[in-house]
Amino acid sequence: MKEKAIVQGFSDNLGARNRKGTIWYVLFQASTVIGILALIALVLNIINGAFGYVAYEARVDPDTLAVDGIPLTDQSKEQLVALLQSTLSSGAYTKLENDKPFAERSREEVYQLIVERIIRPEVVQVWNLWPSLTQADEIRATLASEHPDAELDFISWLSKDFVTRPQTSEAFTAGVRTAIFGSLWTILFTILLAFPIGVGAAIYLEEYASDNRFNRIIQTNINNLAGVPSIIYGILGLAIFVRTLEPLTSGEIFGLVDPTTASGRTVLSAGLTLGLLVLPIIIINAQEAIRAVPRSLRNASFGVGATKWQTVWSHVLPNAMPGILTGTILAISRAIGETAPLVVVGASTAISFDPNSPFSKFTTLPIQIYQWTSRPQDEFRSLAAASILVLLVLLLTLNASAVLLRNRFSRRY
Amino acid sequence: MAGLSLEKTLEKKASVSRLRRQPRWGETIIQSLLFFSGFFSIFTTLGIVYELGKEALLFFQMPEVNLIDIFTKTKWQPHTGEFGIWPLFTATMMTTTIAMLIAIPLGMAVAIYLSEYAKPRVRTTLKPILEVLAGIPTIVYGYFALTFMTPLLREVFGRDLVQIYNTASAGLVMGILILPLITSMTEDALSAVPRSLREAAYGMGATKLEVALQIVVPAALSGIAAAIIVGISRAIGETMIVAVAAGAGPNLTLNPFEGAETLTGHIVRISGGDLSYDSIDYNSIFALGLFLFIVTLTLNIISQAIVRRFREVYE
Repeated sequence: MKEKAIVQGFSDNLGARNRKGTIWYVLFQASTVIGILALIALVLNIINGAFGYVAYEARVDPDTLAVDGIPLTDQSKEQLVALLQSTLSSGAYTKLENDKPFAERSREEVYQLIVERIIRPEVVQVWNLWPSLTQADEIRATLASEHPDAELDFISWLSKDFVTRPQTSEAFTAGVRTAIFGSLWTILFTILLAFPIGVGAAIYLEEYASDNRFNRIIQTNINNLAGVPSIIYGILGLAIFVRTLEPLTSGEIFGLVDPTTASGRTVLSAGLTLGLLVLPIIIINAQEAIRAVPRSLRNASFGVGATKWQTVWSHVLPNAMPGILTGTILAISRAIGETAPLVVVGASTAISFDPNSPFSKFTTLPIQIYQWTSRPQDEFRSLAAASILVLLVLLLTLNASAVLLRNRFSRRY
Repeated sequence: MAGLSLEKTLEKKASVSRLRRQPRWGETIIQSLLFFSGFFSIFTTLGIVYELGKEALLFFQMPEVNLIDIFTKTKWQPHTGEFGIWPLFTATMMTTTIAMLIAIPLGMAVAIYLSEYAKPRVRTTLKPILEVLAGIPTIVYGYFALTFMTPLLREVFGRDLVQIYNTASAGLVMGILILPLITSMTEDALSAVPRSLREAAYGMGATKLEVALQIVVPAALSGIAAAIIVGISRAIGETMIVAVAAGAGPNLTLNPFEGAETLTGHIVRISGGDLSYDSIDYNSIFALGLFLFIVTLTLNIISQAIVRRFREVYE
């Protein structure tokens, strides 16, 4: 009798407790779903912006530019240059010649100039992918009544041309080649600074440093640096690389000053700034990789009479390398996506020529995205979406190679 | 006999001395290079403190600036010489608060789900997805805030109420950005709680929820607290989302649907153009940067201290 009462006491509110459990379980699961939905919304939103209908009006009809019945698209470079010379004011023409002599420009570049300066297609309105797919008829109807002269095209802002064209101020001819090269140049110097020093620091901390106060300070300092907001690194880069080390970062002491810059706001400064930013990440990852190499390997090496460095170089590093490289790739993908420090260091707003030396002015993909996103016109938002896709593909490739590297070479002891 | 053994001893001594440690210059050079690499990060920290401190000091010495005004005035307008930090500070607090209102409950719920409820297969598919979320550059979140969240808010709350640039949109998207950070740190803390604790609770007749909320979460509280503090520090230092979506121009307001400029957003906008050295704008970003650095560093140190101090160690 008594036992039964106790059992009943136990199970009295069991139903309520279980119900509560179910409710919370649903809440937990819903939160997870919300997180995933956010990711999906993010991706769909970008795709939505990167494709769709565009209505535009040419300020000069290309048909009127035909010479002797040859349409503009088939004319030779010389004809195109002549056209530019006759149409533009002499001041504007001379400026173009000074930027880059026409003799050095390809036909393709000259054609771009004509589209940009003479035909000047003007965007009337831009639609995202979703309305373009669902309300195509309405779009046509409103356009026909409001802008009868405008042409309507379904375009993909992300295209082969978009990736290979330099940056311009006109939405139709703008591309991200300048920005891609800027990113690559910047990352090169980031790696050159951060990889050797980062791996060296990790080796020092894991293999050489004794557990004393000083080395603990170094370790704590690295952990703290990893948490410093990236914009602080930008300010540091501005003060040290751009300003204090200006003779070095502008190429002055090598006599290599880019005539258009003559300041420290160069690829080199940007790369070094990002190098400082990712250094703690590389160190922490490399430390983990080195720590995972078993003691026995080192002892075996010491046992046959190898010195400390021989042991590290021939046994520890080769075994830790996949882990170190994976960590480095992750750090690089962080650096490629960084925007704020580069804005502070002084990325250029409009350059249309690829960087060709460490002392060139620079723009990078994220900077380009930032500038296009900040402009109020819809067509530039679409360009931003297209360049985000380029950036994400680049990052995805990097991350996939990191995962592959980890799976391919990871060893278990 | 005796002579022979003496000879042998001498020979032995010679071979021992050959084995004795000899100076190896190559090793020493390499070791000092490695030491330099290890020490390099200290230079970075010293560089930050020195440069920020130096320029910030110049800022405070400028005739337009005085310390009392900074904390009492309500306008930050470098051009008219008004430097009151409140508008920047409140904007940062607003975006951070909104972000944490999203990130803390969601992040903890996801972490509890992953650690306590999800089957191993579900966990191994979900975790990489969250990592992807964490790996997306912040400028992409900025684009998302401006082209998705803002129109959504304007649709829901009305176009008259919600401005094109507003802190709510930036804060909400920042919450999504910080969610994976809080999730992964919390989940690490939860999975470090030993199985035996859970089994004991089940043995007493606890339901799954009771085990999760009354046993596992309290046991992992130090790790969770650390995750939240790191999240706050990340939110305060986050730049591109607010630079794109929160608005340009310091504005003292507590209305999340109005535009306002945070500390970080202001630094980015001011330094966007070609900033001339030793101007008041140039010096002011160092002062703001120093403030930002001190706040985030303090938060990070607190978080590490919590982990060290209150970590439960299980055998």
